[in-house]
Amino acid sequence: MTARRKAPSGKAPRASESYVLYLYVAGETPRSAAALANLKDICRLHMPAGHRIKVIDLLKNPKLARDHQILALPTLVRELPTPVRKIIGDLSNTERVLVGLDIKTAR
Amino acid sequence: MPKEEPQKKSRRGQSFAARPTPRALAKAKTGIQGLDEITGGGLPRNRTTLVCGSAGCGKTMLAMEFLVRGIVKFGEAGVFMSFEESADELGQNVASIGFDLPALVRQKKLCIDHVRVVRSEMEESGDFDLEGMFIRLGLAIDAVGAKRVVLDTLEALFGGFANLGILRAELRRLFDWLKERGVTAVITGERGEGTLTRHGLEEYVSDCVILLDHRVVNQLSARRLRIVKYRGTLHGSDEYPFLIRENGISVIPITSLTLDHTASTKVVSSGVPSLDKVLGARGFYRSSTIMLTGAAGTGKSSIAGHFIAEAGRRGERSLYMALEESQSEIVRNTRSIGINMTPLIRRDMLRFHVARPTAYGLEMHLASIHQAALEYRPSVMVVDSVTSLMSMGAGPEVTSMIVRLIDFLKMSGITLLMTALVESLKDGDTTSVNVSSLVDVWLTLSNHDIDGARRRTLSVVKARGMGHSNRTHELTISNTGVQIMHDTASGMRS
Repeated sequence: MTARRKAPSGKAPRASESYVLYLYVAGETPRSAAALANLKDICRLHMPAGHRIKVIDLLKNPKLARDHQILALPTLVRELPTPVRKIIGDLSNTERVLVGLDIKTAR
Repeated sequence: MPKEEPQKKSRRGQSFAARPTPRALAKAKTGIQGLDEITGGGLPRNRTTLVCGSAGCGKTMLAMEFLVRGIVKFGEAGVFMSFEESADELGQNVASIGFDLPALVRQKKLCIDHVRVVRSEMEESGDFDLEGMFIRLGLAIDAVGAKRVVLDTLEALFGGFANLGILRAELRRLFDWLKERGVTAVITGERGEGTLTRHGLEEYVSDCVILLDHRVVNQLSARRLRIVKYRGTLHGSDEYPFLIRENGISVIPITSLTLDHTASTKVVSSGVPSLDKVLGARGFYRSSTIMLTGAAGTGKSSIAGHFIAEAGRRGERSLYMALEESQSEIVRNTRSIGINMTPLIRRDMLRFHVARPTAYGLEMHLASIHQAALEYRPSVMVVDSVTSLMSMGAGPEVTSMIVRLIDFLKMSGITLLMTALVESLKDGDTTSVNVSSLVDVWLTLSNHDIDGARRRTLSVVKARGMGHSNRTHELTISNTGVQIMHDTASGMRS
């Protein structure tokens, strides 16, 4: 696809450069805290063009688990750029996260 | 039934009545024909049952019927968590057996959640759990107030996650969680090589395991169900044939693993007065089993015709299971010996159940007989001929089917007359179906060539509980029907 994504708010930059990430968790567990911390580190180091992280607590909004096909927790979903990618776990393996986000290709 | 005795106290001074009986295992009826009978009342309530079998054996169907019958018959809402098929696909699959899933969903009695697990769409990085699945399941259970849950099939998870250690731990947690939630669950699993399920789900389920099997014997498909284990319950351990019919699954036998039917002392006429005389008891005992064996053209069907006409005269219904001739052929042929079946058919006193033996599998036949008998409630049934069933399966299978049929009809108080074709005089005293020990009355018919004329004879091989003739009697068939000749030297024992 060559067409550039037209951001509704006008502030989202080119798809290839900016990330919209959803982190699904169930309550404030040590594992969800670890996942968020790991994610922030990865974003800081590998997403120079910017990113947006939204934490979704399924205990508060359980319907989203069904609507978004979430099974394992924590789950990181790359909403943008498309296609949607999913990474499960506490994101402690940076290598796998980068592969999952398409920042690095799998070797 | 052990009843509590109020005056009897235990050592601790507590009355027995105050404590629940430890033996009574609560059960949830499946509502599936025959399954509740062989499980002694259904699946273990608030526990998990594993239903396993190879692809296409009917696991999903059984699980779905458990849910739908639970809703419709027992008012228990259900959740179906599908790991393979979507709600639409499930709905289409069971629409063929008359289940309207979308309607049940609209009525908030059923919740279907399709869980998609695709390994390639998911990367794993570090520890995780399956809390998302628990949340979804909890949400679905709460949404409809479910008492029954189906997970079809959890094995899909094994293809979805690389970290099997976590997966196994989470499955264990899931089964505990289901128990805590107080739901009766059915999980399905694919049959593995040398194991019940490919990924060993049976390790987690200790209460009840049901194995389904679908195989093709003599080009005819046969479905079987076996209860591999059922903790704390006496259950039938045989392989039971089952069918998937237009109204769902039916497991055979529907009744009785015991011989506790009460023997009737009432006698019904055979419809041939001279035959009643040979039997020495004015006819056959009600709900007994009568077998007529003989070569072609010896008069088996004619006697069966009289028996039905006589039932009609008494105002009783007959069911004619015709395996060799069509209804109109039978009606025409019996008319030639003075029996008019047409008025009986018109008054619904006689129904035909016509089926070519090769049209169905063995189980299908048995199930259709059961079904017909349950719906129509005849007092007399004719199977003409039982030998035709032989072409459908191996000897022992046919025998076991007939044994089940005899049991079922006895329990239902239906008098069964069956005909069996024997090829020659030589094997006239044995039947290839090997059920002679089970029948109550056994008559053999034969043809003899005497002085250039064909003569028919009848003799009683056995007649339980009756003093019967031990002679060979001549039998004639004319346009007024069958007649048994009583010679001057009558062979009555009395």
